[in-house]
Amino acid sequence: MPTRPRAHGAGAPLLRFDAAERALHWSVALLVLVLIGTGLLLYIPAAAAVVGHRLLVEDVHVLAGVLLPVPLVAALSGGGAPQLRADLRRLDRVRREEWRWLRSLGRTGRDRLGKFNPGQKLNAAVLSGALGALFLSGLALATSAALPLPWRIGATFVHDVMAAVVVVLVAGHVAMALAHPESLRSMIRGRISRGWAAVHAPRWLAEEEAAQRRESDSSPARHEHAAPGCAGDVPTPGPG
Amino acid sequence: MPTPDSSVDRVEPEDAGGGARVGRRVVLSMLGLGVVGTLFGAGVQSGLARGLAAAEGRASHGLAGLIPGSDRFRIYTVTGGFPEVSDEDYRLSVTGMVRHPLTLTLEELRALPPTSLTHTFQCVTGWQVPDVHWRGVRLGDLLDLAEPTSGATALHFTSYDGLYTESLTLEQARTRDILVAYDMLGAPVTREHGGPVRLYVAPMYGYKSAKWLKGIQVVDRVEPGFWEQNGYPVNAWIGSTSGLGGIL
Repeated sequence: MPTRPRAHGAGAPLLRFDAAERALHWSVALLVLVLIGTGLLLYIPAAAAVVGHRLLVEDVHVLAGVLLPVPLVAALSGGGAPQLRADLRRLDRVRREEWRWLRSLGRTGRDRLGKFNPGQKLNAAVLSGALGALFLSGLALATSAALPLPWRIGATFVHDVMAAVVVVLVAGHVAMALAHPESLRSMIRGRISRGWAAVHAPRWLAEEEAAQRRESDSSPARHEHAAPGCAGDVPTPGPG
Repeated sequence: MPTPDSSVDRVEPEDAGGGARVGRRVVLSMLGLGVVGTLFGAGVQSGLARGLAAAEGRASHGLAGLIPGSDRFRIYTVTGGFPEVSDEDYRLSVTGMVRHPLTLTLEELRALPPTSLTHTFQCVTGWQVPDVHWRGVRLGDLLDLAEPTSGATALHFTSYDGLYTESLTLEQARTRDILVAYDMLGAPVTREHGGPVRLYVAPMYGYKSAKWLKGIQVVDRVEPGFWEQNGYPVNAWIGSTSGLGGIL
């Protein structure tokens, strides 16, 4: 698969997502899938005829929604998860050259891409914003008739529009994952080949190699960025 | 082992900064949009819904109705589907504290003096369908036939689904615009909308309008209905709020 010179992609696989990140990803994925599934049951008239049980479906939906921020808060509380924090900082920033990559629809500037390409960064931002807006409007709706009716009408409108955004983005995300099996595997097992990084995230590969070189200079005993064996040691719930 | 290459050593880690904080800006903008949309989005939604309805014909039918923002019915049922009751087998009973208990067939209901009204169907959760035309028998007219006895103060409604219940005070039940409805939008009420006969309480939130109406019991006190036992207000006048006693 790599079109790059072999030497550049040689060596032990890189840890792309550590255990904390994968646990966060799959717990949020599970909650979002439950929310989309139950949300569609509540939204599509034909589903009522088949499944019905509105109160039960509603309770599951509200419970999953209330739990939605818990994995992120748990991962970030206590000052842990350094790699997650670093990746969030990466996702946050978009450099000028990355806009050029985006405008050319990925045809130019690939050699400057970091761990996440700007498409992934925008997807992460819009998805996070939409899920946050769904959480807030969902809280407003879950208070039954406590808020003024115009607010409830507004909250329903926001909830429907943002849900449509999430469904489209999640569908696109899953399609991209299925189209890039090595990338998908790295969200299950954690590691990804240097060959993949050389093609899709060359700047990240350079960063990692520089970090490893610094590390091996200071402590010659350790070559790996992260200890081997932590890659597959966490059960990964949710679909592969 | 990495090969020595002086250029990569100068690579600035991406997470150290550089570039605009686009992610944070997008997330905060969308959260702001969510809050503003909740507080002020009702007007935008109704305008959008009118546009969609004009573009697609009747918004309550077909895939066009699934577009977010369109005014369309969301179909609720608290059991596993819609109860099956044919027009021939349908019976509406009016029992309890009445001088003349009634059991009416659909044909007998249709033979009573009809009342028509057009009203916005308003769900408590914030969706609505404007200009829905209903035809049926005024609940007050049925009560006049049954003649509640002294001491009767409330009505208890049951559904053919065997689970759903609703309530009204006798005083509320005698206000205008409350129908035992058999036609909706110019055709018999469909099963998904609660046919062959449902209650339609125009001045109150949709959950008051019990679907697949089976029985009306005249009683001496209000017994909260299905959703009311789950945190929704018993006196569900459209526009009213319940205060913070909801299901959250």
